[in-house]
Amino acid sequence: MGAAMLKRLLRRGGLYAALLFFIAFSAAPFYVMLISMFKSSHGLMNPANNPFLFVEPPTLDNLRFLLEQSLFLRFLFNSTVVGAAVVVITVVVAVPAAYSLARLAGSWGQYLGIGIFLTYLIPPTLLFIPMTRVISTFGLQNSLWSLVLTYPTFTLPFCIWLMTGFFMSTPRELEEQAMIDGCSRLGAFVRIVLPLSVPGIVTVVVFAFTLVANEYIYALAFIQSSTEKTIGIGVTTELIRGDVFYWGALMGGALLASIPVAILYTAFLDRIISGLAGGARS
Amino acid sequence: MRGESLRDSESALAPLLLLPAILYIVLFVGFPFVMSFIYSLSNVTIGNPHYRFVGLANFAAILHDTAFRQALANTFIFTFTSIVIVVVFGHILAELLRQQFRGKWLVRFLILLPWTTPIALGTIGFLWFFDSLYSPIDWLLRQVGLLGHAGALLGARSNLYWLGRPALAMLAVITVHVWRLLPLAAVIMLAGMNAIPQEIIEAAEVDGAGYFRRLFQIVLPLLFPVIAVAVLFATFFTFTDITVVWVLTRGGPPPNTTQVLASLAFLDSIEGGDLAKGATVALFFFPVLAGIAAIVLRLVKKAVVT
Repeated sequence: MGAAMLKRLLRRGGLYAALLFFIAFSAAPFYVMLISMFKSSHGLMNPANNPFLFVEPPTLDNLRFLLEQSLFLRFLFNSTVVGAAVVVITVVVAVPAAYSLARLAGSWGQYLGIGIFLTYLIPPTLLFIPMTRVISTFGLQNSLWSLVLTYPTFTLPFCIWLMTGFFMSTPRELEEQAMIDGCSRLGAFVRIVLPLSVPGIVTVVVFAFTLVANEYIYALAFIQSSTEKTIGIGVTTELIRGDVFYWGALMGGALLASIPVAILYTAFLDRIISGLAGGARS
Repeated sequence: MRGESLRDSESALAPLLLLPAILYIVLFVGFPFVMSFIYSLSNVTIGNPHYRFVGLANFAAILHDTAFRQALANTFIFTFTSIVIVVVFGHILAELLRQQFRGKWLVRFLILLPWTTPIALGTIGFLWFFDSLYSPIDWLLRQVGLLGHAGALLGARSNLYWLGRPALAMLAVITVHVWRLLPLAAVIMLAGMNAIPQEIIEAAEVDGAGYFRRLFQIVLPLLFPVIAVAVLFATFFTFTDITVVWVLTRGGPPPNTTQVLASLAFLDSIEGGDLAKGATVALFFFPVLAGIAAIVLRLVKKAVVT
């Protein structure tokens, strides 16, 4: 009995030790961002100081600099605007397309669906060069509209795929019943299917938004003016100038902008993953 | 009669609902994709957009370019190394997350952070970890006596200069890729494990199969399709990524120690103005991406058949 308990205890201990190791690896950068954000530059930039603890009293100077003297809030605002616009475009275009592929288009819909998904595999790092020409043709350099126009290149294929799977798994009978009751095909889609699809659409909204928050190369290639930068390139180019690092503010900015995205994403992760993994199966 | 008109409207509705999506993808994915091939056969620059056909001259030129060769090799090294580590540790992490323990939601949130936060921002944390003077890793190594005094295992200098030394800079880039992809791989594999019927594993256990026998003969073969999905996504994200290298090293230490295809394409085209050369470099993504596409197609076909 004692030996069995000891074995159990060891197993538990091993489990917690292994979990602790993975948590330390995953969360260490965020922990250091959090603590550095409240350190004075004097305390932060001393190689002898313990980087994981407060050696000198905490300060709000970095936060004040970030919010009052840097363009941080502007970057956040820009990212939100672009994110919202891209999300609206994605939903408006992807949802009807996915419905068509799942229900109306018949057997060629399946091939078309796979074809659309495959375009997701053409990455922005390949497309950005010809895209700079497209952007300058439209006269959109240095404008947030350049991002609104180009970000659906990666949100659309994925969200169409996600929504197609979602529509395929919702029962057909409800629409058929509605059509027997006198609804048109389109009417059944708008009045019956769409309200039922709200969970799927919300997933698409969250996923598209996090993809936009992650995007880097289009923003880097199209936007040079500081006030039009989005959060990713804004923080990494404006708070690092040559060899001058505003370390406290830099890490505070990275942390503050990450957390909302992380919370949103985690809340919807299971659905997104079943879309990712189940995509190959559906 | 009524059924007939319904079918009519369906055959009109299907293309109509699809049209905006198809139009956008053709115009903003298909067209630029074709354009990048056309650019690679030209001498187009930002300053002189006048098109002149030069055949395969760009390809011939970059194959002799040491920067390009280094970038191509690095892209493969970073991708391959990261994927191997991510699959092995992702499987371990997935096993851990299947266990019951208290505070699971918090553990899950913390472990998922690297994947759920924008990568450019996450990399900033590592910029500090690998800083030449203030690196917390160096501080820890100094505390345990491995660094910074005469005879220390890692050298007498007080810092390792992570991003300034070739091998360490490459290690740093791989670390960030692994850090970012580990949660994704773990979660995908976790979903796959939960789908394996527990009875199969229990039956094998009753029949006397040990842990490793069960792992290699039952669990891994059943998990294979899910591991394939994890590997495909991880490969795609690492292979085509620019953010990690751009934020962390800019391809340095000079000249091109950690340069990858994406960062070199950006340097050549946007910073250097040579659109044709940049497009040529970026096209080297294509064979690998086509390979991924082929595997995806096979997986899909298999799924349709079974």
